[in-house]
Amino acid sequence: MMRALRSLLAALLFAVVAAGPALAQDAGTPPLPNEQWSFSGLFGGLNLAAAQRGFWVYYNVCSNCHSMHQLHYRDLAGIGLTPKQIKAIAASVTVPKGLNSQGEPVTGPATPASQFKSPFPNDVAARAALNGALPPDLSLIVNAREGGPNYVYGILTGFVKPPAGFKVPAGKYYNEYFPGHLIAMPPPLHDGLVTYADGTKATIPQMAHDVVTFLYWTANPEAVERKQMGVRVVLFLVLLTGLTYALKRKVWADVHH
Amino acid sequence: MAGLHKSQFQNPLLNWIDSRLPIPSLMYKEYAAFPTPKNFNYFWNFGALAMVTLVIMMATGIFLAMNYQPNTALAFGSVQHIMRDVNYGWLIRYVHQNGASMFFIVTFIHIFRGMYYGSYKAPRELLWILGVVILLLMMATAFMGYVLPWGQMSYWGATVITNLFSAFPVVGHSIVTWLWGGFSVSNPTLNRFFSLHYLLPFVIVAVVFLHVWALHITGSNNPLGIDVKGPQDTVPFHPYYTIKDSVGICAFLAVWAFLVFFTPNLLADPNNFIHANPLQTPNDIVPEWYFLPFYAILRSVPNKLGGVCAMFGSILVLFFLPWLDTCKVRSARFRPMYRMLIWVWVLATVVLGVVGAHKPLGFWVPLGRLCTIYYFFHFLVLMPLLGVIEKTRPLPDSISQAVLGKGGGPVPSGAAAKPMEKA
Repeated sequence: MMRALRSLLAALLFAVVAAGPALAQDAGTPPLPNEQWSFSGLFGGLNLAAAQRGFWVYYNVCSNCHSMHQLHYRDLAGIGLTPKQIKAIAASVTVPKGLNSQGEPVTGPATPASQFKSPFPNDVAARAALNGALPPDLSLIVNAREGGPNYVYGILTGFVKPPAGFKVPAGKYYNEYFPGHLIAMPPPLHDGLVTYADGTKATIPQMAHDVVTFLYWTANPEAVERKQMGVRVVLFLVLLTGLTYALKRKVWADVHH
Repeated sequence: MAGLHKSQFQNPLLNWIDSRLPIPSLMYKEYAAFPTPKNFNYFWNFGALAMVTLVIMMATGIFLAMNYQPNTALAFGSVQHIMRDVNYGWLIRYVHQNGASMFFIVTFIHIFRGMYYGSYKAPRELLWILGVVILLLMMATAFMGYVLPWGQMSYWGATVITNLFSAFPVVGHSIVTWLWGGFSVSNPTLNRFFSLHYLLPFVIVAVVFLHVWALHITGSNNPLGIDVKGPQDTVPFHPYYTIKDSVGICAFLAVWAFLVFFTPNLLADPNNFIHANPLQTPNDIVPEWYFLPFYAILRSVPNKLGGVCAMFGSILVLFFLPWLDTCKVRSARFRPMYRMLIWVWVLATVVLGVVGAHKPLGFWVPLGRLCTIYYFFHFLVLMPLLGVIEKTRPLPDSISQAVLGKGGGPVPSGAAAKPMEKA
């Protein structure tokens, strides 16, 4: 009886362990790149220079098609931009400014309190302009994809020649990391596309790395503060657990249990 | 002072209150002097942990509700507003979001404790049944709470789960329309889910009160599963178990804090960072981890109504456990076969959880069916049968005898009679 039970346990356990990875991969998709990120790991911070360069790529490239609904220009203080820089960036874009005294919609320069400007007034307009495709909002994109930053990095760098015999229809592009490989986004980056103020050479991997760092921050703006607070809170609770345990030993010292 | 209740409190303020409304006497009797078996292990922490979690969930929930908008156009953005603009909103939300998982972890362990040590057996049947009611209420609350952020998985999870009711013949579709308040999951659905998500925790508090009341009438079970024979078997709840529960609470909060501060989205689905879209079904609709075993049971039955019945049945069967178990001995320590089989049941349930996380293809289908059958086989066949065929080990005469005997051989029974109360 007992032996039969034990072998049943072992068989079930083995079945689960063996089947897990076997079903994970689909054919034709290489494993995701494994980039070194400043923000990964329990104590990872945020490389502000990379995030700022990433914002520059977003500002000049991504924002032509992708919205960023959840962010305001004031939030850019979180990647180390000064109030003066933020004001200048906001002033460089024109956004709707409500109604004038005649009840007509007006536009004007954005302020730090404005939401990031969307490239299209609505999803229908975006589809109409982009061959039916709707570029996803980028605010939370790093959290919204399996694989997170490595996946987004993979998409940005994954435009390779399709395998022989793979037919790519007009208006679609081959991307080795995209599910099904046919993506509506043309390759967004090419070497030297932007000029970095800090002199960093704007290669495709460099820009992809920077923009993913920026997008990690847009999705998790609290991450640095959260981890710093976490170290103190967890240490405190571990210490408190130890002290409480010592007190418990003392209280129970003369009870036989 | 004339009255039915004469207060024993020396402190004049406490005495004044207690003479008029004897809450201090009640608290003293039930949480200070309350005689508690002295041989609890740390499994007996988990009731207190669940209570602490409930309080934290309600406290954080109240503040979230102050900033949340239960409207399909605004809900997703209002959650992001909490995460980005509300002072420490990210902290409150991550505590609440991960708190749901922590709540189920401690509740599942609490239930397992009850099963392992036979805490559901006479005279604690009602105590157990009230606990199963709390579990059902928790599941309803958690399900509706998951809908509120209005992400893709919120929307599609709500669609799939509410659609289950359409399996019932004749009235099924009317029930679903009634639940939705429309012809699909939409704004009225979100509104009522928010309302009920706020209401149900208070219902849980009421049932927890009954649960604790019943507990304080029957007294706690203990790892030996034998009855308390006298004061030598117990210690007063305070300070002995207040301090022991405090150890567990601190350790538990440390684990919870670790999740919140370092991997707050470990248990979250990436799809829920995408705004709900009724026109685009996610590749794979997966419920939160704590529903996965039940989801796997649902999908293991190749008939929709049968699956729904099996899923609800997997919880409802717990109501009957006190009578399905025919063995008179409570604790698994003295039940050699049950002690093995309860772990097989745990394994089957965990495997069901893994099955529930995968698409029902190939190998996962028969594995899910096997485990589903075993899940019910355990309750409906093994539990009644074991009482007949299992040879239980001899029980100790009393808790103190077992405790003192552990150290150095047999002890004269007189030695166990030493009163254990301090001060």
